[in-house]
Amino acid sequence: MFEAIAFYTFSAITIVMFWITVTSKNALYAMSALAAGMIMISGFFFLLDADFLGVVQIIVYTGAVMALYAFGMMFFDTTRDVKERVRAPKLVFLLSGMTALVLVIALVAPILGDHIEALYPMKEGIENPQAVGIVLFTKYLVPFEVAAVMLLVAMIAGIVLAGKKMDESLTLKVEDEFTQKGAQ
Amino acid sequence: MTTTGFIIATIIKILVVLGLFSALAGFGTYLERKVLAFMQRRLGPMHVGPYGVLQVLADGIKLFTKEDIIPQNAVKPIFMIAPIIGAATAFIALAAVPILPEFEIFGVKVHPIIADINVGVLFVLGVMASGLFAPLLAGMASSNKWGLLGAARTAIQLLSYEVVTGLSILAPLMMVGSLSLIDINNYQSGGFTDWIVWSQPVAFVLFLIAGFAETNRTPFDLLEHEAEIVSGYATEYSGMRWGMFFIGEYANMITLGFLASLIFLGGFNDWGFIPGGLAIVLKVSFLFFFFLWTRAAWPHVRPDQLMWLCWKVLMPIAVLNVVVTGIVLMM
Repeated sequence: MFEAIAFYTFSAITIVMFWITVTSKNALYAMSALAAGMIMISGFFFLLDADFLGVVQIIVYTGAVMALYAFGMMFFDTTRDVKERVRAPKLVFLLSGMTALVLVIALVAPILGDHIEALYPMKEGIENPQAVGIVLFTKYLVPFEVAAVMLLVAMIAGIVLAGKKMDESLTLKVEDEFTQKGAQ
Repeated sequence: MTTTGFIIATIIKILVVLGLFSALAGFGTYLERKVLAFMQRRLGPMHVGPYGVLQVLADGIKLFTKEDIIPQNAVKPIFMIAPIIGAATAFIALAAVPILPEFEIFGVKVHPIIADINVGVLFVLGVMASGLFAPLLAGMASSNKWGLLGAARTAIQLLSYEVVTGLSILAPLMMVGSLSLIDINNYQSGGFTDWIVWSQPVAFVLFLIAGFAETNRTPFDLLEHEAEIVSGYATEYSGMRWGMFFIGEYANMITLGFLASLIFLGGFNDWGFIPGGLAIVLKVSFLFFFFLWTRAAWPHVRPDQLMWLCWKVLMPIAVLNVVVTGIVLMM
């Protein structure tokens, strides 16, 4: 009974939060609601006894991803409403609606047809993190390593793009200007 | 245990933890002022009650009765929610911390931990990390330049030091082979020489340094650096909402003290003739005192020095530590 109560509570809050994210005109509301929704999703993982994934959901999505969004939002005035200009609202509605519908059908179809089964089921006596580790380092080793290399490439590219003038210190530059102006 | 018994026990534990730790967080402010005063050869609060002990109560009455001001241009709901996030995440993090060893009271065996999940360390660190939303949203919602600067500093400081915290505890976790705080504690049950701090001194130092940054304590308290950005994210706050940020901060300090003593300093195992329950209280108190001691001894750092320290010094050392630990464990 408690699982059912928890599930419906979490799902209701998640849906409301993401609804606010999509419909709100204020960027700050949207961001806070998105973060809250992400945290609520981790509740489903805890309900499914996937503690490790639940905690990873909290750390990755709220700790890292959302904080980066927030950092990007520092460039806007978050207290004002965002003015959106949608050229063809019907087309946007149709495309996003169709995508959502296709996703729902794709995910629900195997459940309705009872054709869903775990390829690598949990074994008794193995804890959550170990089970994830075993699958990650045996069956999915190659995708895992490829993802790691891609992240490395992205990081180096980021450093190269951002680091054009890194050998000049802005702080020292400003101080130099001050001393020059003082000398004049 | 029956379901009803379990629910009642959990609710009692939650109430005890909430009450005890919010009281301790309040009392922490008194201790901080007293310790700082003695280190600076002053007396500190002396007038309210004997040695100023009741100062906490007076401050509490002041905070509760103060007008709750919300600036006109602020984003109201977010501005009001932000301090609650700060206090709530600090207390939620305590849910997975085993506070004392098991004990019996009125013939009932009590596990002093609210939720014994097998990824305890990650849960505590993750929830503490999501506490960064409190200063972030507060700063962005209050439509104030200093607030915005404080929020920007929150994002860079807490995110960067999260990396160091994670990497530094990775090495002890590799030795123990479990993410459960109780397993980590039991790994060190052999006494003083079994403490992980002796085999992982580098990780311990890194964890403490990153802890100072994550709880926004003095050498790294750039979020509300009063000499540069007035009061940072808390500039527009007053009364109880302002107080909640600081209840959260002190609760986080206590949580971090528990984490450091459980992972590195032998946790709640018996320490010589000292029983385990007392031992962990002593360790946490010492770490709390250490936070205050550092505040009295060190000046602030600049933001660029902070980032330099994190990415060019601490993170490479932490990665090296993990690699060396891995090699030693393989041999």
